Amino acid sequence: MRNESRLAAALADDLPGNFERAVLTFQDRLFAFSLRLIRSAPDAEEITQDAFVRAYRALEGYSPERRRSLALRPWLYRIALNASRNHVRRRRPLIVPLDGDRPEMAADAGSRPPALVERAERRRDLAALVEQLPERYRAAIILRHVEGLGYAEIAAILGQPVGTAKANAHRGLLWLRRRLEAGDKEGRP
Amino acid sequence: MMNGPSLLRDLRDLGAVRAPATLAPTVLTRLGLVEACAAVETTIGRLWVAFRGNSVIALRKAASARAVEAEFRRALGRSVPVVPELPARLAASLQAALGGGGTSGVRFDLGGLSEFERAVLKKALEVPAGQVRSYAWVAREIGRPAAVRAVGSALGRNPVPLLIPCHRIVRSDGRISDYIFGNATKRALLAAEGVDADALERSARDGVRYIGSDTTHIYCFPTCRAARRITDRHRVPFRSERQAAGAGYRPCRICRPAA
Repeated sequence: MRNESRLAAALADDLPGNFERAVLTFQDRLFAFSLRLIRSAPDAEEITQDAFVRAYRALEGYSPERRRSLALRPWLYRIALNASRNHVRRRRPLIVPLDGDRPEMAADAGSRPPALVERAERRRDLAALVEQLPERYRAAIILRHVEGLGYAEIAAILGQPVGTAKANAHRGLLWLRRRLEAGDKEGRP
Repeated sequence: MMNGPSLLRDLRDLGAVRAPATLAPTVLTRLGLVEACAAVETTIGRLWVAFRGNSVIALRKAASARAVEAEFRRALGRSVPVVPELPARLAASLQAALGGGGTSGVRFDLGGLSEFERAVLKKALEVPAGQVRSYAWVAREIGRPAAVRAVGSALGRNPVPLLIPCHRIVRSDGRISDYIFGNATKRALLAAEGVDADALERSARDGVRYIGSDTTHIYCFPTCRAARRITDRHRVPFRSERQAAGAGYRPCRICRPAA
């Protein structure tokens, strides 16, 4: 990605001056990734913030050459993944209300056309399923099918061989399909 | 209902979210990367410091809080919001520096400047309190001996006067002029550091550029700490490097009056 290497060069040249650009460039991606990992918007925001703060601190310690040669995107995803794991570990025992505080549930469904309502519901159900994915499949599924990354990049983010990342994304997809079929039989996902 | 290609499409859909608007500002604030400015009281009156985190971006005078914005817009090309006070660590390092304690504790953020301007300012930072050097000296020291005029304008645009002591750089003919806060302030600052600006100008007008010692056969800028230790009967004035060299004197290694 040319933009990405230009940004890496800018960070090498003047980190404090250009970091805002890095945040604005990647915040939607890292937030979406975090949100799909743990499905709470406030937690996802905190994780994304922590990830950027950690990234900045790390970059401060890197030489300009190292900053310049950094593949920013996978590096940032990886930091966000670690931040989300720490966040989960830190989090108080989870008592989640059945409704509310979930981004997909907050919207007022009543005034919207049925097709949109249905789509929002599907989204919400699928988001819940993704969050329930076994840990080893979840990040791979999100990176591949939600974020649309290639397997080489995913493997780098997860610190796995490409074959493992591929297999996990594939098995994750099978897992989701099985759950969806089971849900269809019961009339609910 | 969500199987086959529609599952992939729905998964893709889950990525269509935007980060909350509060996210980026919070990150930048946590990292101290948000620019702001606040007032600081100094010996030459109230000044305004633009900063990011604990780094100083610019220092300017302004008649009122309202004039500050225009002043920084002129200096930096962007407006900087006014906040009630400086971050504690920055305030402490500035107090120390402005109280004569040296600027080693102050961090500068000079990202908007050119390589040349940064080199000039860095060189000016090396001139100790109570001493002056010439524009030509700065130009030679940074390896651009012909760029004397450009050195003058780079110092004229110094975003952080006082802290980077551009007031310690004067014309080769000794005239005290061209200061962002006015010539009277430049003289007052030098006087406060123990430089007799009038005497300096007078002797420069008489053609004296350097002072040598006839015991060591070393010559210096008149304000070099080594030159000021030379007793009157051993002081030898020189008009030029050539004259000093012709008399068998070598340039001082501290103030480096010649290459």
